[in-house]
Amino acid sequence: MRESSYPLAGLRQRIARIAASGGFESRPAEGWLKSGHASFDDALGGGLAVGRCHEFFAADALDATSAAAFAALLALRTPGRAPLVWLRTSDAGKRSGHIYAPGIAELGGDPDRLLLVETPDAKMLLACANDAIRCAGSAAVIVESWGRFPLFDLTAGRRLALGARDAGTTLLMLRLNAAPAPSVAETRWSVAAAASHALEANAPGAPAFDLELLRWRGGGAGMRWRLDWNHDEQSFSPNAGDTALSGTLLSLPARRAMASHGAEAA
Amino acid sequence: MLATRRYLALFFPFLPAERWLRTAPKRPDAPLVFAEKQRGAMRLASVDAAALAVGLRPGMPLADARAQVGDLTIVSHDPVLDQDWLDRLAQGCARYTPLVALDAPDGLILDIAGAEHLLGGEAGVITDIEMRFARLGMTLRHALGPTADAARALARYQARPAPDEASAIRRLPVVALELDAEATTALVRAGLKTIGDLASRPMANLAARFGVDAAMALRRILGDAPSPLDPRIAPPPVVAERRFAEPLGSTAHATKILTELAAEAIEDLAERGKGGRHFRATFFRSDGLARTIAIETGNPTRDAGLVMRLFAERMDGLADPLDPGFGFDMIRLAVPRLETLGASQLKLEGGAVKDAAIDELADRLATRLGRGRVRRFRPADTHIPEQAQLELPAIDAPAPLPWQEPDPGEPPTRPFHLFDPPQPIEVIAEVPDGPPHQFRWRRQAHAIRRYEGPERIAAEWWRRRDNGGLTRDYYRVEDAQGRRFWLFRHGLYDEKPDPRWYIHGVFA
Repeated sequence: MRESSYPLAGLRQRIARIAASGGFESRPAEGWLKSGHASFDDALGGGLAVGRCHEFFAADALDATSAAAFAALLALRTPGRAPLVWLRTSDAGKRSGHIYAPGIAELGGDPDRLLLVETPDAKMLLACANDAIRCAGSAAVIVESWGRFPLFDLTAGRRLALGARDAGTTLLMLRLNAAPAPSVAETRWSVAAAASHALEANAPGAPAFDLELLRWRGGGAGMRWRLDWNHDEQSFSPNAGDTALSGTLLSLPARRAMASHGAEAA
Repeated sequence: MLATRRYLALFFPFLPAERWLRTAPKRPDAPLVFAEKQRGAMRLASVDAAALAVGLRPGMPLADARAQVGDLTIVSHDPVLDQDWLDRLAQGCARYTPLVALDAPDGLILDIAGAEHLLGGEAGVITDIEMRFARLGMTLRHALGPTADAARALARYQARPAPDEASAIRRLPVVALELDAEATTALVRAGLKTIGDLASRPMANLAARFGVDAAMALRRILGDAPSPLDPRIAPPPVVAERRFAEPLGSTAHATKILTELAAEAIEDLAERGKGGRHFRATFFRSDGLARTIAIETGNPTRDAGLVMRLFAERMDGLADPLDPGFGFDMIRLAVPRLETLGASQLKLEGGAVKDAAIDELADRLATRLGRGRVRRFRPADTHIPEQAQLELPAIDAPAPLPWQEPDPGEPPTRPFHLFDPPQPIEVIAEVPDGPPHQFRWRRQAHAIRRYEGPERIAAEWWRRRDNGGLTRDYYRVEDAQGRRFWLFRHGLYDEKPDPRWYIHGVFA
């Protein structure tokens, strides 16, 4: 291609070179946060890449707990006692509830691994996240934000992602009550609660999650899963309620579409 | 016998006025008085020198003062600000000795035994103190004494000069005993006007007639009974300090000196085989004020770099930055809290290095945000759900305790997120004391598809005397969208006519 402007052509070539070799995303991942569910992990090329930024959107404000629990359980699956640094603003407890360690213990996670950091505001949240992400030795860093997070723009996101890559830590961004927007995340997920497999006497069963892969740098998006958390195995497994539909890639109707049908019916 | 102690009492007769003038836009022309409501009437709590000169005295009704002097500047008395200012003065006096006690009201007592050689004897210390307080605009009366009470009485009540300390004490008026007005009047009526008069009588007679308090106060002033000092800060075990002939004007330079002091303190710690958990840097200004900045670490440390990084973090985050004023002429780094720290060896797989990195992160964030905002979880032995977890500052690093193990094959019975306090909801149940059928929370209705319960949690009646706690019936429910909640009915129907429902948590 001939460029009308000589310097512009040079710049384009340079960008192409950077992208081809040693670019920001081209470096191979150093490890994976695995769900324990083989076909889920395989579909993602091994799991969620360590040293990268992953975003979890709650499908609805009421799904905040599901999104938080999914990210935390994924991080707490890493063997050893590496701490999970969880940053949230101090009003988060009023919105989505306080993180309840006995509940995490009953899910099979070790609450002693949690290091909770509460910041007075979103600005400090981002500043502390930058420190936390550069600190090697954590299982992952969860940054929980609520609503629009204008400070977390592309520049701030890139700074965090670079810090994560350099220190080899994983950044799990919990975006509650927010709409997905362009970002530097390696993967972006929408997480919702799914109906559990009922136990005797119609009691609610094991935690179940409805996942949609909204974006993945390494491949296509739009895949959906229904996963159960099996606390005895400390791993995710296919949703027991969906055994009739064999296979892992379930072509469920989109939750948002379901909601609109529901509205029509009402 | 113990080495004789020397106490220096400082008394600021016009402390409220001089404190107020420091921030006042301009000096008022009229006499300045501080008014306070006492026993239902406005009275003078304190006056300045000009008001004292025209005959106004603390305790006088404000109306009388107005009648006596037409033109007055009246300010409302603020004992909290006065106390705060006195505390800052005490901090500044820490340059002479670590043993500085507040001597309310409006005074300080310094134990200067062994500290005076630095400034050329007691006279040198007093000259230095006078110079600094004059620069602050504080009127100062001071006296040295063999006991704290004697020094205090001399600073406050000495009216006539005396050839030596012992006779000065004997010449003090009996008000110096600070007994109540009745006892003082009784002493004066009995013809006992000075401490010397009292001291010449048998102590037993004095106690019998005027009370044990009078006898004790006399013994303390005469030095027969101990008058221990209650210092503001206990002397720290490790101290490194530096004095400058020429005050430092820049904070950056002061930080550099602090780095050197940190290296000295850490050398001292290494010799003792200890690590510091708490470091306090005090910057003494040439005008007599001082500012202390403290940091804490979760583990004992001898890493000067870490200490300085935490100090830098702390100084960046100061709402009220370090102000050199006319310059710092002394910087002290104290390590008040030590813990044993052996030599450490790195693990081959790098575990210790990584743990240290996380601990340092926790220390740094706690320094920036406050120690209470960086927390770890510990279980508490109670079945009241909102009290079953403790969130403790990570810096205190309590020993881990075992958590409740999950039951194999059973879903969790405790939620992932807990609301504290529980949030009220509207619930429809099929039968009054039955399980919930539908509930409304945050303006949204949830139809319940699955439930388990009730799990009955009784109030801890052995802790609450009034037996006011109600029994809670908890239900684990799942709504039509698959969201799992923890609801409870507060009170049984035989405990309460119309029990309320609450949502206490959300399950994963």
